[in-house]
Amino acid sequence: MNPLRLVRARPKPAFTVTVDGRTVEALPGRTVAAALWAAGVTSWRTTRGSGRPRGVFCGIGVCFDCLVTVNDRPNQRACLVPVRPGDVIRTQEGTGHED
Amino acid sequence: MNESLTCDVVVVGAGMTGAACALYAAREGLDVIVVDRGHVAGGTTGAGEGNLLVSDKEPGPELELALLSARLWRELAGELGRETEYEQKGGVVVAETPEALAGLEAFAAGQRAAGVTALGVTADRLHDLEPRLAPGLAGAVHYPQDAQVMPALAAAHLLRASGARLRTGRTVTGVLRGPGGAVRGVRTERGDVHAPFVVNAAGPWGGEVAALAGVRLPVLPRRGYVLVTEPLPPRIRHKVYAADYVADVASDSADLQTSPVVEGTAAGPVLIGASRERVGFDRSVSLPALRALAAGATRLFPFLTRVRALRTYAGFRPYLPDHLPAIGADPGAPGLFHACGHEGAGIGLATGTGHVIAGLLTGREPLLDPAPFRPDRFEEAR
Repeated sequence: MNPLRLVRARPKPAFTVTVDGRTVEALPGRTVAAALWAAGVTSWRTTRGSGRPRGVFCGIGVCFDCLVTVNDRPNQRACLVPVRPGDVIRTQEGTGHED
Repeated sequence: MNESLTCDVVVVGAGMTGAACALYAAREGLDVIVVDRGHVAGGTTGAGEGNLLVSDKEPGPELELALLSARLWRELAGELGRETEYEQKGGVVVAETPEALAGLEAFAAGQRAAGVTALGVTADRLHDLEPRLAPGLAGAVHYPQDAQVMPALAAAHLLRASGARLRTGRTVTGVLRGPGGAVRGVRTERGDVHAPFVVNAAGPWGGEVAALAGVRLPVLPRRGYVLVTEPLPPRIRHKVYAADYVADVASDSADLQTSPVVEGTAAGPVLIGASRERVGFDRSVSLPALRALAAGATRLFPFLTRVRALRTYAGFRPYLPDHLPAIGADPGAPGLFHACGHEGAGIGLATGTGHVIAGLLTGREPLLDPAPFRPDRFEEAR
């Protein structure tokens, strides 16, 4: 069942954000992680050591697995950061910092 | 499920010290069981930075134990490979003023005489060693023997290498005693563990374990916070701290004390310490302490002002009144050995402690004189 219907949610109209340059719709009140999942994206970071894919693990801000770059700021927890209109979300490689 | 177990040695505490005691006791041919009410590295071990330091220790028994431990850590790192994230990165102690530098150099001269490698660094060479340090520092001393491990990984891998049986989630509720008061193992809420030897490696809770055996060990907690930054590319090469850290470690004050201690990790985040407070087992977040940590770290490394701190954690260092650990047999309970009270140095001192305990258990000549660490030394004042 659609989770929106399950909780009888009546979200305000969707807005758009970009994910690695691609425009996707996001509902207000969602976290960046929820918006990414809803857009079918399940991995948005590669690990620092061996470049393996990562996305949401704990979903509650504890594990720091879902780090992502939002509006040029790296290492934000996608599961905690509310998504906002126009957000520029980018896949994060390694530490998200240069060199 | 209850189970009754029998072994040669039961170690209470699955932290770094318990793991090292288990490893070296097993290597002496003893059958070891490790019990812990929580999980591996769930107490003080998991709340530290994993420092293996000689730099902050004045000549004396603790420094001797640190030098022995450093040697044993190097051997273990060779055996276990990269598993413990062991890195002999070296320590750099910086002095912010000429007065502090004079004090630091005198301290280092004493350490050199005791076998520590301590290299003076003039202000103009400081940035060759650690490029992102603040300008205007008076000078430093470089300690190449200082090293670091990831403490939770290290405890887990030492336990695995020991082959000891591990029983976590099991609280010790009593110490079994036989005729004449000799220790016969421990009682847990899920069954007894029978053994002629019990090693108390319960860190800041070591006093509670001692009390279960009817003896006194005055271990108390000294709280510390670590501030953790977002992961960064390698930017800080050494463990870097200010000269006043040494005075804070040795202090007897109960009030909040902070001195900047900054280091990178193999995983990327920078760890920022160090605060000390005597507030019991209070885990609540203290903003003044965290603010002081951040201010101290950015004073040493101005680039950190543009780096985000992601989280913080608190832990409890187990301290004894004279700042030395308790390592050895307790004459009040034959068969009971204490291995706790290492304050903030327990990861570093774990290997030497474990080695000494294993020697005492089997009657082998220990690699250093354990007399200064006698657990009953606090009873003399009575």
